[in-house]
Amino acid sequence: MERRHLSLSPSAGRYATLLALAAVPVAVLAVFFVLPVIGMVGRGFRPEGHWDVGGVLEVLRRPRVHRVLWFTLWSSTVATAFTLALGLPAAYVLHRLALPLRGVVRAALLVPFVLPTVVVGVAFRELLTGPLSWLSIDGTPTAIIAGLVFFNVAVVIRAVGAAWEGLDVRPAEAAAALGAGPFTVFRTVTLPALRPSIVGAASVVFLFCATSFGVVLTLGGLRYASVETEIYLLTTNLLDLQGAAALSLLQLTVVVTLLGIGARLRPQRASTQRAPSRPRRPRLADLPQLTVTALLLIFVAAPLAALLVGSLRTEGHWTLANYRALTSTGSHQALLEPVTTALDLSLRIAVDATSFALVLGLLVALSVSRRGTGHREGRAERRVRGTLDAFFMLPLGVSAVTLGFGFLVTLDRPPLDLRDSPWLVPIAQALVALPLVVRTLVPALAGIDDRQRQAAASLGAGPLRRMLVVDVPVLWRPLLASAGFAFAVSLGEFGATSFLARDENATVPVVIYRLIGHPGSMNYGMALAASCVLAATTAVVMLIVERLRVPSLGVL
Amino acid sequence: MTLSLRDVAVAYDGVEAIREVSLDLPDGQVLAVLGPSGSGKSTLLRAIAGLEPAKGTIAWDGRDLGGVPTHKRGFALMFQDGQLFAHLSVAANVAYPLKLRRTPRAERQRRVAELLTLVGLEGYDGRLPGTLSGGERQRVALARALAVEPRLLLLDEPLSALDAGLRERLAADLRAILVAAGTTALLVTHDQEEAYAVADRLAVVRDGHLVQEGPVAEVWRQPADAATALFLGYARVLTGAAAAAVCAAAGVATDGPVAVAVRRSALVLAEDGPLSGVVVSARVTPDQLRLVVDVEGVGEVDAVAGTTAHPGPGERVRLRAEQARLSIVP
Repeated sequence: MERRHLSLSPSAGRYATLLALAAVPVAVLAVFFVLPVIGMVGRGFRPEGHWDVGGVLEVLRRPRVHRVLWFTLWSSTVATAFTLALGLPAAYVLHRLALPLRGVVRAALLVPFVLPTVVVGVAFRELLTGPLSWLSIDGTPTAIIAGLVFFNVAVVIRAVGAAWEGLDVRPAEAAAALGAGPFTVFRTVTLPALRPSIVGAASVVFLFCATSFGVVLTLGGLRYASVETEIYLLTTNLLDLQGAAALSLLQLTVVVTLLGIGARLRPQRASTQRAPSRPRRPRLADLPQLTVTALLLIFVAAPLAALLVGSLRTEGHWTLANYRALTSTGSHQALLEPVTTALDLSLRIAVDATSFALVLGLLVALSVSRRGTGHREGRAERRVRGTLDAFFMLPLGVSAVTLGFGFLVTLDRPPLDLRDSPWLVPIAQALVALPLVVRTLVPALAGIDDRQRQAAASLGAGPLRRMLVVDVPVLWRPLLASAGFAFAVSLGEFGATSFLARDENATVPVVIYRLIGHPGSMNYGMALAASCVLAATTAVVMLIVERLRVPSLGVL
Repeated sequence: MTLSLRDVAVAYDGVEAIREVSLDLPDGQVLAVLGPSGSGKSTLLRAIAGLEPAKGTIAWDGRDLGGVPTHKRGFALMFQDGQLFAHLSVAANVAYPLKLRRTPRAERQRRVAELLTLVGLEGYDGRLPGTLSGGERQRVALARALAVEPRLLLLDEPLSALDAGLRERLAADLRAILVAAGTTALLVTHDQEEAYAVADRLAVVRDGHLVQEGPVAEVWRQPADAATALFLGYARVLTGAAAAAVCAAAGVATDGPVAVAVRRSALVLAEDGPLSGVVVSARVTPDQLRLVVDVEGVGEVDAVAGTTAHPGPGERVRLRAEQARLSIVP
């Protein structure tokens, strides 16, 4: 009884733990995310040290800005629609039918999502200027949309596929027993059950399309700009910070709104017992879905094949010359350092960024996930968790370009002068990867029943022992998987890195972009070869992740 | 109008869950398929519904249903936990099969109201399944299954998810509703009380085999073998001399060695009873005194007495045997 007076009440204790866990990531995000973004946006609003809100609003009336907004909106909408049209049948085929090589096909369709955007751009250009040049869609919106679909289809397959696989089959069986044919069952039972995951996936895809940087920049050039590439152009080429700030702010608003919608629609974990489906043999009625999946496979394989073939050919011969040239700096002094040096640097940065993202992500996940069902959660506690959760998702929506430029303009003077710090790039990349890490870890943590910890405690296990017995076995797979994601994201990160990496220490994506910007067939061949190397590296990482069978990718 | 199964077998991954099941269900009757968990009874039900590929013949009115998909069989299936469509209201759930059959709106509304009255849920039209209790959900599921006047109603453990008191009440209601609607029904359950309360006929399934089938009272009186007797609620199965002694005491003529299944209440405390033994333990229940008695020539058996008697352990008592409470098993 004495101790009761001394110790905190249980709820206050939990509160303190929550805040202590969240303190470090909040501080990191405040310094390395909020501050740079505010600094960047502030430059736009206060160009000469005094407020100029009218000037920012003026930006939104420019005809070019209207064109950019309209293009972003319609290209993202069309791309999202196509992504769903291709992704839904494939999600069904890969998660509900018993097919040979199902695992391999699943992994193959996941690869585009983690390919560096620059590589996707280069691969599509190689395909559209090479084997498919007769279509003459290179540099058109069609090419951009194809690139966006290619990139995002994995999100739909994973998010909807996981929901579909976990769908209780009994309501559908009940409907069939009441006389509903297969299509009616799909329309009246399956589709309503899948709706949250479909809408969730669609909103994430739209978000990715609307903020896509590398794909639009490499495929659209200067003629077609989305909000994101326009911000890049305004800041780097035109030095119009006011315009960039206005667009950044607009983008932030839209993204936060979309994330809010996504959070509302995020599938709830059902507590009732389910009868999960067994994959069944394909039937004749599955032919349309199988056809779409086959087309999708071709669609995904074609650019990559074109990239590979292109990298192995120079002047009509099969050769490894492009790969050998990776040790050089290219023709016309395209680079300051050879590509191999950039690769070495990329890998080392990726290791740093991954460790950083993991530590941060684990702390965030521990603080935002409600720990099991053992206690009743107060409303205030829930609100704090919700706010934290949304806060850590912000890097997902803020233009990486804004973030990169914000780093440059705010972290360049004491007390925090990081201009020459080797930590700048890894930190920026870790922040970009953070939402993915958090979203992979949180479902796993939330899935642990707190009563397991209580059972362990009642059997005499101390706190450390409890964690070893209950949490670690559940968490190690998602942790490894999110390490893989973070590594892949870091390897391919282009938006922020393109600002922060200097010529003498550029990462591979930056080097590739520089190579395609320089004239000369040798430079182009090197870009293809470097893209292949980068793609292969991320693909290997992702195949390992896929082996870990963590279902939550794409449930953002 | 008969359901008939001939040599029906279902295999999962090469392991047969149901083997050589043959039975007939006449029109308007309620058949309970009774078996312990894992006996394959639910598999049998799913095979009849067309949800599992089955070998052998499943026929309705002599017409083989082999190639007929679930939704064209005209059977309705009700699951253990109802499987209401969570995104539809109670009325929309009940109207779902009617909509599929393009029943006109006015007719549909009339029928939904009628069915909700039948299951005792007037005025629940607008509620969502999530707001209902377990028993109410099962009633809605039943109304939905009955909506299309199915040729055959298949019920998969319809009451098992409910607590004991509610289960008993709803079992009586279910029986009344099925009789009122004149529905032919096949009910799968592991609970013999539920089977007795609802069904006309009983089929006992064990390890994928149909062990016994017949009218409820008959199966209950004449279990096919010792294991069936125990499953049906007989307390013990006696063999050899013990069986002969109990049979003699009950006045049942036997020729040769037999086995006899005795209910808990087969032996009753009686001052002039033919059997004599020593009380091993005694336990009072609200209705009767439950004893375990070591009877001479029989061994330990269960017995009952009125609550007015108080024989304690170690006391010598006399017992008589009730003929109706025991059964000779082959």
